[in-house]
Amino acid sequence: MKNTKHSHFGGIIKKSALAIIATAVVLTTSIAQAEIKPAVVYDTAGKNDKSFNEAVFNGITKFMNDTGIAVTELEPTNEAMMEQSLKKFAQRGYSPVVAVGFTMANAVAAAAAEYPDTQFTIIDGVVDAPNVQNVVFKEHEGSFLVGVMAAMASSTGTVGFVGGMDIPLISRFECGYKQGVAHQDSSMNVLAQMTGSTPAAWGNPSKGGEITRNQVENGADVVFAAAGGTGMGVYQTAADMGVLAIGVDSNQNYIQPGTMLTSMYKKVGLAAYQSFEAAMNGTWSAGFTVNGVAEDGVGAAMDEYNADLVSAEMMASVEAARAGIVDGSIVVHDYMSDNTCPL
Amino acid sequence: MTRDRRLSWINGLLLPLFNVLTAFIATGIVFLFIGVDPIEATKILLYGALGYDEGLGYTLYYATNFVFTGLAVAVAFHAGLFNIGGEGQAYVGGLGIALVALYINPAMSSWIVIPLAISGGLLFGALWAIIPAYLQAYRGSHIVITTIMFNFLASALMVYVLVNVLREVGEMSPESGDFIKVSWLPFVHDVFASFGYKIARSPLNLSILVALFFSAAVWFFLWHTRWGFAIRAAGKSNEAAIYSGINPKKIIVVTMCISGALAGLVGINELMGVQHRLFLNFNYGYGFGGIAVALMGRNHPIGILIAAFLFGILYQGGAELDFELQNVSRDIVVVMQGLVILFCGGLEYLYRPVLIRFLAPIKESK
Repeated sequence: MKNTKHSHFGGIIKKSALAIIATAVVLTTSIAQAEIKPAVVYDTAGKNDKSFNEAVFNGITKFMNDTGIAVTELEPTNEAMMEQSLKKFAQRGYSPVVAVGFTMANAVAAAAAEYPDTQFTIIDGVVDAPNVQNVVFKEHEGSFLVGVMAAMASSTGTVGFVGGMDIPLISRFECGYKQGVAHQDSSMNVLAQMTGSTPAAWGNPSKGGEITRNQVENGADVVFAAAGGTGMGVYQTAADMGVLAIGVDSNQNYIQPGTMLTSMYKKVGLAAYQSFEAAMNGTWSAGFTVNGVAEDGVGAAMDEYNADLVSAEMMASVEAARAGIVDGSIVVHDYMSDNTCPL
Repeated sequence: MTRDRRLSWINGLLLPLFNVLTAFIATGIVFLFIGVDPIEATKILLYGALGYDEGLGYTLYYATNFVFTGLAVAVAFHAGLFNIGGEGQAYVGGLGIALVALYINPAMSSWIVIPLAISGGLLFGALWAIIPAYLQAYRGSHIVITTIMFNFLASALMVYVLVNVLREVGEMSPESGDFIKVSWLPFVHDVFASFGYKIARSPLNLSILVALFFSAAVWFFLWHTRWGFAIRAAGKSNEAAIYSGINPKKIIVVTMCISGALAGLVGINELMGVQHRLFLNFNYGYGFGGIAVALMGRNHPIGILIAAFLFGILYQGGAELDFELQNVSRDIVVVMQGLVILFCGGLEYLYRPVLIRFLAPIKESK
């Protein structure tokens, strides 16, 4: 009954719907793959957050360019709207519907229960339902690798960490990073600070810069930012003060070429891409997709922008640590498993 | 009609109507610039907000929040106080609700738990307003400054409580566990279903009745009790109030407590009604929206109900626009709401001189 009522909408919607169907028809005749109607719901930070959501947005843009399939997007402004938009997509036959971020978990659980035939994918969150795919990352492992690099690049014996919002997820980055630093050199000192305790901490570059300045003045010469948009201030200050910085989520090496040691990438865009691709190929499945170092879901980014900063010795150490994590000889403690860090 | 009566019609009805229309026309112009047909957009907005039962449910659900915060601002306004701390009072009120809803004995009846949880919201909202009120009354710190600072304090407090106290071990988001079931306010669609009527699922819940009850209570309190009279008297003229034996300091504290308590009820709708847990920023925007609602509703409960309904339409219809039209982003929705606030709040008397000249001219005595 709900479905039929929406047919009142005229003009624009019908036209765009026709256009979508037309492209879909063209596509299905050219490639023999299942016709999908993918959608994505970002979290309240929005798709242009220069960080996590934007990484998903980039993955989706790539998917659209590669396949020609339109992905419908929505940026909710409040909690109620998250659930509303997920349900609405499901109700109009969109599938898979990708939800971005752990804040969406409750909304996804509610929508998935109401629309059991729709495929939902949640990135960074955990929802236990037969039609939900959970994509999670082992941020502690990736942070461990950049920690190893930071320890090697530092000449002062002190490195810094700037977290965004003070939540366990960021403590997980911090703890992994500390373990990586200690793994390389247990005498190293790590200065760690969070930007704030509200979501505003994700978008406060000036505060990020301030914390960085403070850490540098206290001896840090490599600073890892896991702070979303706040990181921009960290990288800028690091460049201004002539120390190294480490980016996060996307490969951010290009932002301050020459002073960005590396980035702890987290392939969230790829996760969204793969979810759509799997749905197209009919291989989409519910359950867990865990992206650690072994799956190359997280890691230390190497490209032309940081090539001069990374020595062969450093490469070898990172590679050794990576291999150790993959074969299990190095176990990185996950802060979120018990909300404590051994360091 | 006497001139006074015509003037009150102009102030109470025509002006807000003209203001809203102007805001819509201005929005239409913005839509033209981004290549959206304004007529089509209006159709989607109105249909999305009012045209089918689910949409209407969402509209009323958003409106419920604005009724609470609108009433909160209005009560303070009558005492001449500008309470812009609704945001924080709503937030902390949510904590009061959550403490009851999380830790009450699950074997107790809903008939006891729900009123207790509502009282928790009222109490914590009032407590959050009492310090700024005291500072204004006895220390001369301006209420606008203190209440807005208390919004930030509330935010910090809630983050602390959610992150360090209420969050369950291993949980990623800073949020509490689920409320105990007996504290949940029933959804309207469930209530209808129990009477055999089937309506679409929406977050609309029985807190809308709580909102209506408090609207009536505020009306009765302000215009039919001694305290209400004292508040309005103190708001109109401090000196006159003192002269007639009213203690304005006491009035400030009492009024702010009532105001804060009303704002504290946002959590009834958001937490007990819909989400059944306490989480970060559930109050987002409703406290400030309440100021616009109170302004537009002329600080009268009936006006506030109408204005809150309009804001509900904007929220839900705006969400619908965002959903239906890919070139309308959520920022345009904010622009639209901003224009309504601008024309109804900031430029509230724009048309007054013109309307008075045509509809209620002062007759020159010969």
